[in-house]
Amino acid sequence: MSLSAMQEDFRAWLMTASPAAARRIGSDAAAGLAVYQNNYRAQLVGCLETSFPRVHEWMGDEAFLASAIAHIDSHPPHAWTLDAYADGFGKTLIARYPDNPDLHELAWIEHAMSRAFVAADAAPLPAAALEGIDWDAATLILVPSLQVSAATTNARDIWTSLSDGMPPPASEMLEAGAGLVVWRRAFGCFLHQVDAVEHDALIQVQAHGRFDALCAMLVERLGEAEGIARAGVLLASWLGNALVANIADIKNV
Amino acid sequence: MPVFSPPFAGYGLGLRKEHYQDFLETEVPVDFVEVISENFMVDGGRPRHVLREVRSRYPVVLHGVSMSVGSSDGLDRNYLQRLKALVDEFDPLYVSDHLSWSRIAGFNSHDLLPIPYTDEALNLVCANIAVAQDVLGRAMLFENPSSYLALPGATMTEWEFLAAMCDRTGCGLLLDVNNVFVSATNHGFDAHAYIDGIPAARVRQIHLAGHSQGRELLIDTHDNEVCEAVWQLYARVRSRVGPVATMIERDDNIPPLAGLLDELAVARAIGGDEA
Repeated sequence: MSLSAMQEDFRAWLMTASPAAARRIGSDAAAGLAVYQNNYRAQLVGCLETSFPRVHEWMGDEAFLASAIAHIDSHPPHAWTLDAYADGFGKTLIARYPDNPDLHELAWIEHAMSRAFVAADAAPLPAAALEGIDWDAATLILVPSLQVSAATTNARDIWTSLSDGMPPPASEMLEAGAGLVVWRRAFGCFLHQVDAVEHDALIQVQAHGRFDALCAMLVERLGEAEGIARAGVLLASWLGNALVANIADIKNV
Repeated sequence: MPVFSPPFAGYGLGLRKEHYQDFLETEVPVDFVEVISENFMVDGGRPRHVLREVRSRYPVVLHGVSMSVGSSDGLDRNYLQRLKALVDEFDPLYVSDHLSWSRIAGFNSHDLLPIPYTDEALNLVCANIAVAQDVLGRAMLFENPSSYLALPGATMTEWEFLAAMCDRTGCGLLLDVNNVFVSATNHGFDAHAYIDGIPAARVRQIHLAGHSQGRELLIDTHDNEVCEAVWQLYARVRSRVGPVATMIERDDNIPPLAGLLDELAVARAIGGDEA
């Protein structure tokens, strides 16, 4: 048997426990193959447990393990880093629990926090960097760790309670659409819930960056005076929370 | 042939999250620290910061688990470039990985799978090592694996394979004494013959670890103390290899740092290097 054929058989064994593949690998290999398959599956389950501890707690052992097994059976790992295996688990939960937006959003929060933890570093923008900016030409560059998603449930409160070791509240739908924002400042990761306007504003700035376009969007949505005022409030908040890494086309930055 | 770093002798530990504060806030009595490369091949955040701080105090070995040097479809260039960036920033004492494979055709098992000890596999492994060493610009160390099955068709022993691999690529060996014991027990070969058969001059680092008894086989779990039989095997290794970088490798049921330092003291005593 060639090396590549053996490795294809090993893959088939790990993924599907194919008896034919096991026979081709070796007639007396059963005990060893069982160890390798146990290592493979245990490692992936362990990765998901480590990546989603609050989702695990929220779902309970049985439901979480069943979802982990379903994910492993349908999504073989492909990346060089095991950390990447957590990337698709949220979609598996959506497919298995389509009517549980609280669970979807809890999984998003947990995964976003993990990604923010190891995102590229970015120093907060110093206040002096704001002097002399031509705001009509300014482009906001947000920190690499920033992640934004729509919120429809109280998943933020559930996650916070679980993180604090407190009994979580019951699931509830929010009265109005909102957003979840996750980012890292120095070595601390943060989760904020924002209203729908700020959610949409952050999505636009992440995609396009231009401050004048942000103002135009807010004016169209809120009217001239309130829109311009809100743009100023949002900018101040983002700067204060170190969400802005840079403002392009300004001097001394 | 790539050039080795100068020889290094001393005693170290693997850096684990449970001991970050010890290494950042106290003077841990070790000569070097080994880290899992992939844990630090990230864009930023606390892991890179911790490694910078630790590196400022200790020589660091980068020990990888994802190179998959036995993959029949070659190495992952993206992985190699990320590893090179880590090597360039941290100037490690050694860069190591395993004689094993994990990846085939877009699938990554995240386990250290066995290779058959054949001429075909030797040619492939040597070609992959040459690529890796060329990209990294330095000689690497490769660790002998623990294995749970012997693939058919072998034309040489594991130690003969390792010797040929070192000879052809210029790489060195990271000799895991526990892995020798586990594989010898599982496959019924003589661990002493293995130790006597490896190219001693190529051994630059030694791992010592614990294992567990599975249903039928010994499992390389790194979750308990080094057993007496492995200490005895280590003594034989030291008599052949002499002083090299030696460390305790613990990955599960991680005890307080003092417990690992006690085990390291045993290694020092066997090596005749009591503090």
